[in-house]
Amino acid sequence: MAHTLDLESIVDAFSGKNVGMGVDEKALISTLGNSHKDHRKLFRKASKGFFEEDEERAFEKCHDQFVKHLKLEFSRFNNAVVMWSMHPWERDARVVKKALKKGDECYSLIVEVACTRSSDDLLGARKAYHSLFDQSMEEDIASNIHGSRRKLLVGLVSAYRYEGNKVKDDLAKSDAKILAEAVASPGEKAIENDEVVRILSTRSKLHIQQLYKHFNQINGSDLLGGVSDSSILNDALLCLLKPSVYFSKILNASLNKDADKGTKKWLTRVFVTRADHSDEMKEIAEEYNQRYGETLAQNIQEKIRGNYRDFLLTLLSKSN
Amino acid sequence: SEDVPLHCIHYNYRQRKERERERSSLNPTMASLKVPTNVPLPEEDAEQLHKAFAGWGTNEKLIISILAHRTSAQRSLIRSAYAAAYNEDLLKALDKELSSDFERVVMLWTLDPAERDAFLAKESTKMFTKNNWVLVEIACTRCPLDLFKVKQAYQARYKKSLEEDVAQHTSGDLRKLLLPLVSTFRYEGDEVNMRLARSEAKLLHEKVSEKAFSDDDFIRILTTRSKAQLGATLNHYNNEYGNAINKHLKEDSDDEYLKLLRAAITCLTYPEKHFEKVLRLAINKMGTDEWALTRVVTTRTEVDMERIKEEYQRRNSIPLHHAVAKDTSGDYEDMLVSLLGHGDV
Repeated sequence: MAHTLDLESIVDAFSGKNVGMGVDEKALISTLGNSHKDHRKLFRKASKGFFEEDEERAFEKCHDQFVKHLKLEFSRFNNAVVMWSMHPWERDARVVKKALKKGDECYSLIVEVACTRSSDDLLGARKAYHSLFDQSMEEDIASNIHGSRRKLLVGLVSAYRYEGNKVKDDLAKSDAKILAEAVASPGEKAIENDEVVRILSTRSKLHIQQLYKHFNQINGSDLLGGVSDSSILNDALLCLLKPSVYFSKILNASLNKDADKGTKKWLTRVFVTRADHSDEMKEIAEEYNQRYGETLAQNIQEKIRGNYRDFLLTLLSKSN
Repeated sequence: SEDVPLHCIHYNYRQRKERERERSSLNPTMASLKVPTNVPLPEEDAEQLHKAFAGWGTNEKLIISILAHRTSAQRSLIRSAYAAAYNEDLLKALDKELSSDFERVVMLWTLDPAERDAFLAKESTKMFTKNNWVLVEIACTRCPLDLFKVKQAYQARYKKSLEEDVAQHTSGDLRKLLLPLVSTFRYEGDEVNMRLARSEAKLLHEKVSEKAFSDDDFIRILTTRSKAQLGATLNHYNNEYGNAINKHLKEDSDDEYLKLLRAAITCLTYPEKHFEKVLRLAINKMGTDEWALTRVVTTRTEVDMERIKEEYQRRNSIPLHHAVAKDTSGDYEDMLVSLLGHGDV
């Protein structure tokens, strides 16, 4: 087992001080990959030149130049290290910003961030967005997305869902009926429906799960079986109801040998953003195994090479 | 984003922090609250309040002399001290002892700001106490972080989110306006993009000319832009098109949607004007709207009541506390006048 680096050495490694001498990458992978998120917080606080403390919003953000520098320094890690060292809120804010810039095909990433994070983490991502981009996530999305998807996407990122365990069954049932009628609409009409947007963007996840049960009874079909023509609606439902299924599907897509460059990057994103939540990561790995026969670890071992592979495997092993 | 030298990043960040610190919600210079220089310990206050409830009848003057002269932080400590000493929530005791308008003003005042707003918001979504103005006030005049505290207090107390209740109890254009107003977490910075202000003022004017008052983009601008940006946009609108936007939104004076839209715009830009109007209408010759009066006084005393008083004096040529005293009586009047800063300390 590789020895672990101390805080100072990690900071040095990131600063590129030891250019030419190289950095003990195996040790770096092992140390960072196994690090608890509080250790990384200490690292960010210790690296004042690279991370700036946003006291009011309670997180440490990465200077843009530093991000560029890190990407070069750690290019062999395909961004994984860079994303891993950032505060989760900053990570998510940057994912959303990038998705917004890339346009249409990437809107599912916005759905992913909005629907799979906890209420406080989504709020945190919105705070980080203020800090990084001097505007709110809501206004950026609202002004850059037009057409039928705007309402739902703005609604989803604006959510601050109740996370307690109280659910009103009669309300879940009536919402299920409304959804059942609406999803049958062709094309993107379903997401233009105010009631659909209301239900998906304001109800608690527990409420939506209750709704799911009623829907399947009322409609006879599975709400998660691609009931709607709208891909964004289907993604939102899957993310809200069964995130581990959603993540295992996109991991499978990104590990496919015919995947394009953009899709391959999903691997990094899912691993880095979910690895801190070991329960979730475990569920994702189990779901993946059930669906595709192989284990995630096996597949990564076969298809990925080098330090990047080792880093991913380290992150994966954290959840076991 | 552009390449900015590291030392400049730090400088801008510091400057911004300074301005943000100045713009706090609980602003001592604009509050009308009068607090004695030597405030008794919370335990002492709790004991006095307990004495005020003891025996036959209630010593309302004592209650006012204490509670109407303590900040929200101090009131919170008194509540804790009271609970520790007498094993009862102070609010429960007040509920038992007091009644009618006096009870309502004391109860609302004693709650901490987030709890108070959550209570008012819940009330405003219920059938018999339906009041969309309250939602507009809460969504538009509280700073974004305080609005978030309201949402947290709402969830803790009512086991659902404010957003889902607002969404469920509204429909059509009203929901289109109110839901994003309560949901958006607006950027709080002072930065203004003048080019954007011009282009969005133009867009607003186009929609207004077409009478498309609930157009998607029209609502988008009002419900997602930062207050600073919106201020700049509306100033530009005024300069460019000869009138403040609200003058162009008076199409139908009975239309509730337009009324709320105008109120939202005023609340986002000049809250003291909105509150002056609510007070003026509440204290008119034909009787008093005590709930509106109580709401404005309890929610603004610690925030910007001095500004509201100035505005009221300017428009009505009499001081607010005189108008209130003329229109109310008894303990209710005493409590209001004390909160307005003109009671005996």
